[in-house]
Amino acid sequence: MPLYEKLKNIDRRVIYIFIALSVIIPLVFKIAFTEQASPIVQNIFDKIESLPEGSRVILSYDYSPSTAPEIQPMADALTRHILEKDLRLYNMALWAPGHNIATETTDRIIIAEFPEKVYGEDYLNLGFKAGNEFLIAVILTDLKKMYTTDAKGTDIDSIPMMQGVKNLRNFDLILSLGGGKPGLKEWILFAGDPGHIPVAGGATAVSAPNLYPYYPEQMLGLMGGMKGGAEYESALMKIYPQYKNKSHPGIDLMGPQAIAHLVIMIFVIIGNITYFIARKRGEER
Amino acid sequence: MRRQVPLAITFIVGWTLIIAVFIPHPPFGQLGENFTTYFDIIAVFAFILGGGNLIRVHGNKVYKKRQDWPYSIVTILGFVVVLIAGLFKIGNPDGLSGDLTQPGSLFQDLYTYIFAPLQATMFSLLAFFVASASYRAFRAKNKEATVLLVAAFIILLGRTPIGGYLTFWLPESLSFFHIPNLAYWIMTIPNLAGQRAILIGISLGVIAMSLRLILGIERSYLGGEGERS
Repeated sequence: MPLYEKLKNIDRRVIYIFIALSVIIPLVFKIAFTEQASPIVQNIFDKIESLPEGSRVILSYDYSPSTAPEIQPMADALTRHILEKDLRLYNMALWAPGHNIATETTDRIIIAEFPEKVYGEDYLNLGFKAGNEFLIAVILTDLKKMYTTDAKGTDIDSIPMMQGVKNLRNFDLILSLGGGKPGLKEWILFAGDPGHIPVAGGATAVSAPNLYPYYPEQMLGLMGGMKGGAEYESALMKIYPQYKNKSHPGIDLMGPQAIAHLVIMIFVIIGNITYFIARKRGEER
Repeated sequence: MRRQVPLAITFIVGWTLIIAVFIPHPPFGQLGENFTTYFDIIAVFAFILGGGNLIRVHGNKVYKKRQDWPYSIVTILGFVVVLIAGLFKIGNPDGLSGDLTQPGSLFQDLYTYIFAPLQATMFSLLAFFVASASYRAFRAKNKEATVLLVAAFIILLGRTPIGGYLTFWLPESLSFFHIPNLAYWIMTIPNLAGQRAILIGISLGVIAMSLRLILGIERSYLGGEGERS
């Protein structure tokens, strides 16, 4: 069978093997590239940099483990940056598994790397609440209507960080990480726009294009996919070199992603070459 | 009466919420907030409804031994175990008053060791399917498909550091053709224009459908056949 015929009828399992290898090999040999923050990512970094000490920042975990490999690097980098700047971090979740992810991030990043930070004074976990965008609409005017306790069941009025917080308008920045619904779009439409609160965040690579219409007027920045997270990590390491020695999964995983993209492109090119040969021979129209 | 009451509720709530946006003062502002709060309360009950429905559908399947019924046992078991672990906070170091996701609790362990790996595995399979589908379907069959293919290549390269390495040698005057810059341009100009057009179209459709619902023209949500007038 000529090469052309073999390529035309290539078994899908061969493609699967190439994709698997394109991910495994860079992971094993730790192939990594340098990243530079694009303007849309740098805007988020600059906004956090510009906030004065003690500013209130919401970080909403609006995703589940399925998209965590793409989104989690953003959550880690943002958490580090917010706490490094001595801002007050309010974790919450519009997605039920987001609560688990927030707890896991707290353990791995805050407790491990910022042991001096005090729960309730420097960071807080408000947990998951049902209601999607309607939850946002309610807490825009009265946060305590929906949150009477934090995730640990502590009365919200007894938490130092909640003193002076009536609603979302008392926050200086809202960050939402996700890609599905509810997510960043809902935060923009139901909190950012009506409350004039700066909103930014991150989304999976497939969801990011849908969010561009809100940039830069309604959404001050966006991290799109793994690359967005890697760019934020590089921006963080540039200003705070101490994080070069910490985990940076975004940058680490860009190697496998880059090689996998290349492999997909090579297969698409091969597919097109066989298509044109077939068309020339009159096998396909 | 079965139809008039829901229609009246839809009409009153719909208009109140619309007016509340333009006149956020008493009584409309407060009414708008209250209706939104009611929605959040109802949303919680949806979980109970969803759970009940899951048990009913899969219970039926197991009872009647329909095709693939053993999977339904796994579904029901998974649901019940996670529900009990969460409700009674089994293994939670802080007991019943602690955070549901406290490290060491059964609920968090189920999440960490079962739920998260399973979901991640399912999603990871996409990489293989996308590669295979791209190979078979992504063909430059006509002008439109060729434009799509070229844009896809630029984005694929631009979303990785390889794009930058390939065109780093370009002089400053040609920096627009630097692949990451091209990818950024595609995302912020043609993509943005297309997305905005779609958004405006969807929004007009939502407005039209909302008005039909509020005015009682669209009645399919009430159930039954031939309710659309």
